Amino acid sequence: MAVETAPAPVVEKKKEPLFSKKNIRTLRDPLDDNNPITVQVLGICSALAVTVQVKPALIMALGVTFVTAFSNLIISLLRHTIPTRVRIIVQLIVIATLVTIVDQVLKAYMFDVSKKLSVFVGLIITNCIVMGRLEAFALANKPWPSFLDGIGNGLGYGLILVVVAVIRELFGSGTLLGYQVVPQWAYDMGYVNNGLMMLPPAALFIIGLYIWAQRSWNKKLVNVS
Amino acid sequence: MKFLEDFFNKTRPHFQKGGKFERWYPAFEALETFAFTPPLTTRDGVHVRDAVDLKRTMFTVIIAMIPTLLFGMWNVGYQHYKAYGMEMSHWDYFVFGFWKVIPIVAVSYAAGLAVEFLFSVLRGHSVSEGYLVSGLLIPLTMPVTVPLWMVALGAVFCTLIGKEIFGGTGMNFMNPALLARAFLFFAFPAYMSGEIWTDLSPEAGRTLVDGYSGATNLVTFDENFRNLPSPADMFWGFEQGSIGETSVAACLIGALILVGTGVGSWRIMLSCVLGALFTGYLFNLLAPADMPNHAMHTPAYYHLLMGSFAFGTVYMATDPVSAAHTEKGKWFYGFFIGVLTVTLRVFNPAYPEAVMLSILLMNVFAPVIDHLVVEQHIKSRLKKSKLSRA
Repeated sequence: MAVETAPAPVVEKKKEPLFSKKNIRTLRDPLDDNNPITVQVLGICSALAVTVQVKPALIMALGVTFVTAFSNLIISLLRHTIPTRVRIIVQLIVIATLVTIVDQVLKAYMFDVSKKLSVFVGLIITNCIVMGRLEAFALANKPWPSFLDGIGNGLGYGLILVVVAVIRELFGSGTLLGYQVVPQWAYDMGYVNNGLMMLPPAALFIIGLYIWAQRSWNKKLVNVS
Repeated sequence: MKFLEDFFNKTRPHFQKGGKFERWYPAFEALETFAFTPPLTTRDGVHVRDAVDLKRTMFTVIIAMIPTLLFGMWNVGYQHYKAYGMEMSHWDYFVFGFWKVIPIVAVSYAAGLAVEFLFSVLRGHSVSEGYLVSGLLIPLTMPVTVPLWMVALGAVFCTLIGKEIFGGTGMNFMNPALLARAFLFFAFPAYMSGEIWTDLSPEAGRTLVDGYSGATNLVTFDENFRNLPSPADMFWGFEQGSIGETSVAACLIGALILVGTGVGSWRIMLSCVLGALFTGYLFNLLAPADMPNHAMHTPAYYHLLMGSFAFGTVYMATDPVSAAHTEKGKWFYGFFIGVLTVTLRVFNPAYPEAVMLSILLMNVFAPVIDHLVVEQHIKSRLKKSKLSRA
């Protein structure tokens, strides 16, 4: 007697569009509402170190974006197969591989920048943002949103880096991306480059001021206690 | 004064609630309290009001600073004419310095008060008199040759980052004037250190005297302390340096005013001196005998006379907001300022102006010192109460 199997209930599985509202938010949140540097306060050390000039800051931002995006993607793909107890090791191996790729590419094609960034490229491995996003997002989400989250966080980090670097380079050496911006007549009239901007504390001040400004335009971030 | 009073009375309704310029009330209030005692009365309850309010306190500090300011003006002229080898009357020295110093003071006040007024209007708090002190302290810590726009930048930094960002007067955890100086020191080292201490505007038909050096005695100290000027010269202040810092004598007059009126803490001043003397003597004992010119051999009391130790101790360290608040804490706070200053001077020639950095560092530690003092007090009281119960 054939057992009449009840027809499996048709699950209306709506395929989520590639850029659904939720995904866009994943991408955009880290730029402002959940910025890794100014809100989560991660990755401060490299933000202080590589923001003396705009060019290294840009390269660093791209490098970190590459690493966060692809490590998020890879870990998210592997998330069901990684045993929980050894996940940190697995994450580290993935991150380290990606960082090595970035490092080698920089050394091959942009040796001068690589010299300037020096140890900080290698230190992307220990950048809290990368591992933080793996733990917080990639391990629990599908590959595509994870990838977007990685890009978003990388760009959010990069945004601050570039803003800080622009201010520091402009006032510290009067240049932007190496081109002279402050005109010679200003120097003739007695303008002087600000030496403090070349020192790491300047980055701390600027990030602080950025947080101040951000909180006055984005009231969500003000914690009411 | 009648017309001024009429003016305030006539314009007041515009600034009060419902008036046209309600938003600008803090600015109006600041100008009014500056001119008159405000007509405000307390509406409910009993309040005890002391005649010594913030404004009086601040004015006392300003009065205490006047000796250093006047001496600074005289010294600016004296150093200027000395560099050209000219003998002039004391009055000429003073007048020359007066015209050099006044613009710096004016710019410092204008820039700082502009920020202060802006914030008081934006934030709706009243303009406080705190800046009257900071605005005079900044010029006194500057070399006379400093470009005026740097003074303005320093004053803006002082009010904005030093004070307003933390919530205005009374909320700053570091001395704002000193912060402005530190900012300028690191931002424009070429204009804040080296051979820039004397105004060398040309004198017709004169050239600099032979062997002229524009360095302060701290540079001499770094090279060889035995070449320092005589202690008497360092005490009276006939030497190069920032406008207000050179004369220990003028600072002592200020200290008397501050201590006499109870505005400045004598504990902090005394403990700073003790800390410096203690470290100075300690280094004398430990100094290597085979190197007779090592800086550790410097007589301890030299440290009190050199550089800006006196100025920092009297006017900067005693800032009631950023110093330690507990009486016991003040002893530690001052003592460590003295210890750090002398230690940095002797062992770190890169930053000869150690007083500034020591005070700022101890400003940061002041809350910790207070915390420890309070905790220790609680513990000892608990112990006592247990003993008496047992």
